[in-house]
Amino acid sequence: MAKLLNEDATKQIKEVLQGMVNKVTMIVFTKKGKCNTCKETKQLLQEVKPLNDKINVLEKDLEDDLDEAKKYNVTLAPTIIILDKDDKYQGLKFTGIPAGHEINSFLSAILTMSGKNIEIDDKTIEKIKNIDKAVDIKVFITLSCPHCPGAVATSHALAYLNDNVEATMIEAQTFMDLAREYKVSGVPKIVINDKYEIVGNQPIDAYLKEIEKL
Amino acid sequence: MFNFNVEKKSNSDIFDQVKKWDLLIIGGGPAGLNAGLYAKRKGLVVGIIAKEIGGQLHNTTTVDNYLGFNMIEGKDLSNTFLDHINQLDVPILSGTNVKAITNIKPDFQIETENGKKLISKTVLMATGGMPRKLGIPGEDKFANKGITYCATCDAPFFKDKEVIVAGGGNSAVEGVLDLVPWAKKITLVHRSQFRADEILLKKLETIDKLTIHLQTQILAILGDELVTGIQVLNKKTNKKHIINTDGLLIEIGTVPNSYLIKDLVKTNQKDEVIVDNNQMTSLLGMFASGDITEQPFKQIIIATAEGAKAALAVNQYLNQNYKGE
Ligand SMILES: Cc1cc2nc3c(=O)[nH]c(=O)nc-3n(C[C@H](O)[C@H](O)[C@H](O)COP(=O)(O)OP(=O)(O)OC[C@H]3O[C@@H](n4cnc5c(N)ncnc54)[C@H](O)[C@@H]3O)c2cc1C
Repeated sequence: MAKLLNEDATKQIKEVLQGMVNKVTMIVFTKKGKCNTCKETKQLLQEVKPLNDKINVLEKDLEDDLDEAKKYNVTLAPTIIILDKDDKYQGLKFTGIPAGHEINSFLSAILTMSGKNIEIDDKTIEKIKNIDKAVDIKVFITLSCPHCPGAVATSHALAYLNDNVEATMIEAQTFMDLAREYKVSGVPKIVINDKYEIVGNQPIDAYLKEIEKL
Repeated sequence: MFNFNVEKKSNSDIFDQVKKWDLLIIGGGPAGLNAGLYAKRKGLVVGIIAKEIGGQLHNTTTVDNYLGFNMIEGKDLSNTFLDHINQLDVPILSGTNVKAITNIKPDFQIETENGKKLISKTVLMATGGMPRKLGIPGEDKFANKGITYCATCDAPFFKDKEVIVAGGGNSAVEGVLDLVPWAKKITLVHRSQFRADEILLKKLETIDKLTIHLQTQILAILGDELVTGIQVLNKKTNKKHIINTDGLLIEIGTVPNSYLIKDLVKTNQKDEVIVDNNQMTSLLGMFASGDITEQPFKQIIIATAEGAKAALAVNQYLNQNYKGE
């Protein structure tokens, strides 16, 4: 099969991944039968894996490994989740392939889960740590959207810093029905607990303001 | 097919180390990147802070008026710029906004959203612009519920749908071209005559699914949960009517991102920053380049040129007029 990542992209991704601190494990859930972008998502992980020896990849099937899928709250395929060095899931999830511009939020999630410092000021970190409700953040994106990786990375930072928060990138073109259900016509669109919405690549304070309303 | 666009990161640790910068550039679009190149070559201690590297270049599918490139994708041009300045190791702090700038004479303090406080002898504002709104009823209500300001980002949502494009300049015409592979029907609506380049307008002639309404002003955006249509005034007949649609792409230019310095420097009625021949604003040591300035032609090559001019002028100012240490 033709490679997804060309020589240039491979080199750049390798460079970025040099910032990894500890090992991470990525689990990719796909399913049998018709599954748009499942094959490519698996292939992407297979091409990224050899670029750093701190990366481990597991492939699971949404139906055959139902318990595992349930454990990580995975219902759609393809979905990637990333575990830290202690195999802990912190709520960082990608539903659909993180290609195009979104490769950047994918790389940033790998670095974060590997233990690389997130650049957020102490006061904001304190606020994030104090979130005591279950928060589900969905970030709808398209692969041609340059403003989207920023929004995904912000949501993932919230998830990383607080166990009550789970943040999922959703690639809207593959999951167009879901996008229509959430009335997405512009990205990034961020939906918090199916109730509050943020439009655009906003600062983390904008997320905290919506989360406070919950 | 998936076109992986890896953003090349430069080393940003240096932003915690430098005590005082010669020049901090706010903005990583064409103006800011070129200023970084010129300032570094002069030997200045220079850094760039940008929310999104590339700026509006990423909202542009193809650029065909930048000298030396017949036709290049906006993001490729941005990467080409970035490659060039990375070779010179210009430090870039990306992914964060500057949230405040204070003039601590003769220097400046710059505060970022991620909690950094930086001191610089000079500042270049190259924060460009953001999409201008129509400012009509329904626009806020349907933001992201059928209205978009970014064709490259949102075109897939208009697959097999009817879309209206508002505007008559180059970016509106490019918006139409971006929608052609997706939309079922496209209607371009503009309140006066076309301002777009002749060469772009020619491309519209072959699009069968396109209807054009010039001299037509959009009065309101209509809908229930999502956009269903627009109310327009035909200026030739002076009659109002409704055009049904599933979506609306608004491409009517930009408003300058001058909000950070509005109380510090002189601006015109459009909030554009007024600069002198050396790109210096009314505040000593603060410069501005690109779409943020009152220069009327918002183009990549002009923004880059203004960036270069500012960097050279900063160098001159530091050598001749800077009063601090
Ligand atoms: C759809 C479209 C098509 C276009 N097509 C063409 C074309 O074909 N040819 C052409 O010549 N021109 C074209 N243009 C215009 C061109 O893109 C702009 O003139 C040019 O990008 C302006 O450059 P700039 O550096 O001044 O600002 P921008 O490109 O707007 O960059 C601004 C930078 O500032 C950053 N920023 C803003 N606020 C902050 C903050 N508070 N803190 C930190 N960073 C901040 C942004 O993230 C970005 O990095 C097009 C524009 C659009 C929208």
